[in-house]
Amino acid sequence: MIRSEILKEIAPILRDQLVVCNIGIPSQELHAIDDQPTNFYMLGTMGLASSIGLGLALSQPKAVIVIDGDGSILTNLGTLPTIANNVADNYILLIVDNGSYGSTGDQPTYAGKKTSLAAVAQACGCENVVECQAEDTGAALQAALDSGQMTIIVSKCESGNAKMPVITMDPVVIRDRFMKAVQAS
Amino acid sequence: MNIDKKITDDLVANDISFVTTVPCKQLAGVIDEIDAREDIFHIPSNKEDEGMGLCAGAWMGGKRPAIIMQNTAIGVTINTLATLIQYYRMPLPMLISYRGELREPVACQVEMAVHTKALLAQMNIPTYHFHHQADVEELDAILKYTFMCNKPVAILTDANFWGGYGDQ
Repeated sequence: MIRSEILKEIAPILRDQLVVCNIGIPSQELHAIDDQPTNFYMLGTMGLASSIGLGLALSQPKAVIVIDGDGSILTNLGTLPTIANNVADNYILLIVDNGSYGSTGDQPTYAGKKTSLAAVAQACGCENVVECQAEDTGAALQAALDSGQMTIIVSKCESGNAKMPVITMDPVVIRDRFMKAVQAS
Repeated sequence: MNIDKKITDDLVANDISFVTTVPCKQLAGVIDEIDAREDIFHIPSNKEDEGMGLCAGAWMGGKRPAIIMQNTAIGVTINTLATLIQYYRMPLPMLISYRGELREPVACQVEMAVHTKALLAQMNIPTYHFHHQADVEELDAILKYTFMCNKPVAILTDANFWGGYGDQ
């Protein structure tokens, strides 16, 4: 299973939640599969999806799901201690770990070699860390939502990208409709 | 006047309730003051671009954020300022310890100090420089301006403003 197949499978779960989605092809795939005002697409700034999602989760009560990648987590590895030490039980970090930098030509990441992001997250102090196979991502995500506890999910999947169009929506429009969705009751 | 308290009072008066910090010796007092205030959620970050991500999320969640950091962080955060804070039009007051200015004892700090204002100008970031203690009187207006225009705004605070660094 590749990332876009996971996203298709979990789209019904994501639809009613606030989602912060990683830069590049992940956002393009989510946008093409099921564009929602509750989706915040990152158009730039590699690595910060998990931080944006944490700030959001700490500032309002709705559940926040961050769709991140192994490459982006490695770019901003300092995010994991910050997450661990500032627990927001409405925060779920889903790391789609395909062992590669998908948006730039599938170059291998260290997460696909010797480095275990689940073990790193645990060592950083994250209390609920779940590693699963791609096929089990939906079940793991639903369980995390139902638990009401901050959860880090590392979903191990195959490398590869679906061919999706670039997002042409203006960033201020993405941000504005997202903020209105955050405020909606 | 207690500068640390005055700065924190201005943050609270402007409804800023989410503050991330990367420490500097000059900023130690204001960081302590912020940490002690119940009105402010203080979340230390490991790097300044991470902190700006936290602030972006907090603002979209309905809280007014601020970041406190050294001017060396301008070198770290150019991409984040351009592609996140400015691109999505988000307000972000940046209270910055301006190391490498007059009364600086550490020579290497001057190497980033000489680039600081040029980089901020290149980014079209409104920039204020506090050199004397009385300059802090403008902070309240600067914070109001930041949330009026939805831009990152830099407040550079040098060693003279803080009463000297290493020679006090």
